[in-house]
Amino acid sequence: MSDDIFQGYKGRALEMLMKFNSRVWAHVKVDTTRGVFEGTILPRAENTDDKHLVLKFFTGYNIGLDVETITDITELGYKKAVYKIPEKEFPYTKGKPNVKLLGTGGTIASRLDYRTGAVIPAFSPGELYGAVPELADICNLTTEKLFAVFSENMGPDQYKKLAVAIGHEIEKGIDGIIIGHGTDTMHYTSAALTFMVQNSPIPIVLVGSQRSSDRPSSDAALNLMHAATAAGHGDIAEVMVCMFGPTSDEYGFLHRGTRVRKMHSSYRSTFRTIGDTPLATVTREGVFPIKSEYHKRRKDRKVNIYPYFEEKVAMIYYYTNMQPDMIDSLVENGYKGIIIIGTGLGHVNKPLYPAIERAVKKGIAIYMTVQTLWGYVHMFVYDTGRDLMAKGIVPAENMLPEVAYIKLSWALGQTNDLEKVKEIMLTPVNDETTLREPYNGYLIYQGGVKEVEEFIRKVHK
Amino acid sequence: MKQNFNPKRNFAETKKAIGYVARKNATQKDYNRIGFMSGLEVHQQLKTKEKLFCHCPAGLFQKADQYDAELIRHMRPTLSELGEYDGTALMEFRTRKQIVYLIKNETACTYDVDDTPPFVVNREALDYAIEIALLSNLKIVGEVHISRKQYLDGSIPTGFQRTTIIGVEGDIQLRKKKVRLIQLSLEEDSCREVSDIGHVRVFRTDRLGMPLIETVTYPDFANPDEVKEGADYIRFLNRSSGKARTGIGSTRADVNVSCKGGTRVEIKGVAHTGWMPELTHNEAFRQWALLNIREILKKKVKNLKEWKLTSVEIRKDDFIVDSMTLPEGQSENYRIFAVNLPDFQGILSHFTQPGKMFADEFSDRLKVVACIEKPNMVHSEMMEDIAGKKTWKKVQRILDSKEGDAQIVFWGPDADIKTAIETIEERCKMAFSGVPNETRKSFEDGTTIFERVLPGADRMYPDTDSAPIPLEDSLITKLTAGLPPLVSDRINQLTKWQVPEDAYTYILKNNLIPLIEKIKNELSISPRFSSLLFAHTLKHIQGQYKPLPDFSFEKVFELLKYLDAKKIDQAIAKKMLFHQYQHPKMDFESILITIGFKEVPKEDIVRKIPFLVNKFKQTRISPNDAAGVRWVMGNLTKVALGNASLSDLSKMIKFQ
Repeated sequence: MSDDIFQGYKGRALEMLMKFNSRVWAHVKVDTTRGVFEGTILPRAENTDDKHLVLKFFTGYNIGLDVETITDITELGYKKAVYKIPEKEFPYTKGKPNVKLLGTGGTIASRLDYRTGAVIPAFSPGELYGAVPELADICNLTTEKLFAVFSENMGPDQYKKLAVAIGHEIEKGIDGIIIGHGTDTMHYTSAALTFMVQNSPIPIVLVGSQRSSDRPSSDAALNLMHAATAAGHGDIAEVMVCMFGPTSDEYGFLHRGTRVRKMHSSYRSTFRTIGDTPLATVTREGVFPIKSEYHKRRKDRKVNIYPYFEEKVAMIYYYTNMQPDMIDSLVENGYKGIIIIGTGLGHVNKPLYPAIERAVKKGIAIYMTVQTLWGYVHMFVYDTGRDLMAKGIVPAENMLPEVAYIKLSWALGQTNDLEKVKEIMLTPVNDETTLREPYNGYLIYQGGVKEVEEFIRKVHK
Repeated sequence: MKQNFNPKRNFAETKKAIGYVARKNATQKDYNRIGFMSGLEVHQQLKTKEKLFCHCPAGLFQKADQYDAELIRHMRPTLSELGEYDGTALMEFRTRKQIVYLIKNETACTYDVDDTPPFVVNREALDYAIEIALLSNLKIVGEVHISRKQYLDGSIPTGFQRTTIIGVEGDIQLRKKKVRLIQLSLEEDSCREVSDIGHVRVFRTDRLGMPLIETVTYPDFANPDEVKEGADYIRFLNRSSGKARTGIGSTRADVNVSCKGGTRVEIKGVAHTGWMPELTHNEAFRQWALLNIREILKKKVKNLKEWKLTSVEIRKDDFIVDSMTLPEGQSENYRIFAVNLPDFQGILSHFTQPGKMFADEFSDRLKVVACIEKPNMVHSEMMEDIAGKKTWKKVQRILDSKEGDAQIVFWGPDADIKTAIETIEERCKMAFSGVPNETRKSFEDGTTIFERVLPGADRMYPDTDSAPIPLEDSLITKLTAGLPPLVSDRINQLTKWQVPEDAYTYILKNNLIPLIEKIKNELSISPRFSSLLFAHTLKHIQGQYKPLPDFSFEKVFELLKYLDAKKIDQAIAKKMLFHQYQHPKMDFESILITIGFKEVPKEDIVRKIPFLVNKFKQTRISPNDAAGVRWVMGNLTKVALGNASLSDLSKMIKFQ
């Protein structure tokens, strides 16, 4: 927060403040054509209009005054508010696992930002302990802020830095790692880390929240406790996403980093494993595996870090009437790899063929995934599919589009040899492609059906 | 240990010592003596089609067992905008409640359960709220800012209520004084509680999110009757807009009370204004009693800062009380603790409210804070000593109690014991400083119990999910043009029409003045007659029969219009209304047949008068002429009703 005494005010509103010699955090009496108002002048969010002054009324409410109605402002006092989460030193308990929390930003812990009027991340072990004291019952927590970016700004640099930082922590002997992350692109990062950090002896858990921790019903605290339990006590030594199972405060899921996807824009239970079951459920009591096969925790400190990423890779979502120039323009701009998200079993329309041929001829790696998210690419079923394969498009099995995008970038970051790229792409690191889809890997029930309604009534949503 | 301490006597003596008077005997002098002060927060639902921040229908309700899904949340305190934790928030966190929401598809969506951010605020509700704020003479803000007000009791799944100020600093004119208003806010209504047992609190989500306005007054009421008058006035004012929802639960008020040296205590959710006088009276005296307790303790306890209770677990065998009932099937998990309160003899049985003593404050808090269901304790100064002297002696020995101490024995599940002991100690220490800040739940008998710690301004936080909304001058001008007259003007109007005062409440509550005026203007029927038709006849009928959805006040107008067109005397309307109310679909002609109305020319009726007068003279049982008029009218009414004005007829009856 800057110390600007006119914080956020501009234009007419700023003129008015200066004219009456007043400032932010001043306790004032404002005469207006609608009557007299008394309160404390608050900063104004920057991208709002310049026509209003914000006051905090003594009852705690905020109100706005139209600056054109103001006839006088009298300053009665001044008191600046400082917003701070109480910091307490995180206690160390012998015998509890040591867990490292790597901060990337996001809403797992946050505070109000007057500049934008939105929430911004705030993070330190002390603050976290102040807000979620239960963490100390689970593990000994230390934190390190690697960057403070919102989820949508996470990219190759961050993936690589994270992978390297994780490698260091493992070498130093940590028992588990939590990565605080915004939820929007968490499944991209979990895929990237699966490929970049292989053979980890300890759990690596990505966690976030769908409701910022400035809200009493936030899922942040419980998610953090679940993540700490999974990282400190769990036996699954993989890159995982730990978020709410149901929307109720009951249990979390541990999702394999390559099979998980954010499926709702705002629900707490937004992360789902696609095409398989989640790895496990997690409560504060422990981790309860659903899948029997997983990488188990080990005592050794061996880990392979592969921090590679080719940035010239694109992902295009096919739509009817897509024009060939969509692909040509990628080629012209020097892209080395393209993930196509095709319809049905992995199709695009005929007018695109020449463009695809041109791209393949230029040595661009093109892989096909499906818009249906569930199911495999099957390019042998119809002629279109066979045509496309003949033109050089490689089906990416049942790899999720976002995962395919990350993996192709990672592969092309290692080699330009398309055969090697293909080998990397089609050799699963950790279930990004699977040989079989279990019958319970696809469950989207529809409301209104009697047995579904009975289920919903009985089982907490 | 003094053998002669008598709780009953102590209760009576302390009641006398603080100068308690029953409300019916209390005068303004009594209220001035204790410095009675009270203010109101009146909540009124608005009659909108949809909820405030989503598109669910408003005003659809579900029964407790009608739900489609259940959802669970826990609430955690967060910081306010000014960086403080709120007291209530921390208390609610200590209770570790599991909150269960019962959701019905028709009445709640993903916004209601906080899985979708808010939609743009309901403009209909905003306009209604501005109109009512204008009627309340409030200064309308230039820009509406949505705030979050924390509620950690679970009554709102987000843990906060979205609320916004519409106007500040207004006033209302009561009969003898002006009362100042602090603000009027527009907010979303909360869930309805289904149950609250142990650590599980259950809510249904139908009412949640419905638009509600809250009018807050300054503590300008100087006696309990003024509080009621103010609450009625605000209620009538809200209704006069025609934009207020009616029906059970649509109007609720919180009443703030304090006495001189006391503190603001909020009595929550008072559903009837008629309860307010008794409640505020008792609360002011309860505070007066707590201040007396503080003075006694100051004298008795040598070092208030060092004061500490001691507690010991006792074996069930050591403490057998016949009527001590542990919850069925739970008693095995329950532990029993004895607590010694140094120097608290005479405090536990100190009078606080009619029929209640200081010890009750502990029991209430054990239920609310530690979640131990009642009965949860016994103590050494009970009116009926169910434990018995011998048992107390044993407890005192185990606790190593000194003379002048008091003892509590409580029981509860293992997990709640720590909080319970803290709660008892906390309440004792609060007694040293007087009256704790709290909200209290009201009962029809005028007493209250502890509900929560009173929240402060610390629980306000700007809503980062919604943008501010400017309120232009042009909008205010437009809404001002359509406002109804002030309630105080309407009361003057009723007086001018010679409507008796006992009819005011019914007329104002149901916002009937516009209709009475319409009847006057279109049918030339006196406002006094139609006022009484509503406030006496209809009110009486409504008290006897269940309301039917087809009935509306407008139907009364239709009835009167029919009579006017048929040239039937309006007096018959009273009789017809009985049938019309029960059978709203029946046509007027059929109603006339049902009540046996026959058209008879007025002359034929008048012609009967001399005959009846003579008959009365012959059989005269009373020398009184008035009795004669009554007797004659009694014989005429049945046939005359509807055919002639009864008052005209009675003027024609002459005995000389």
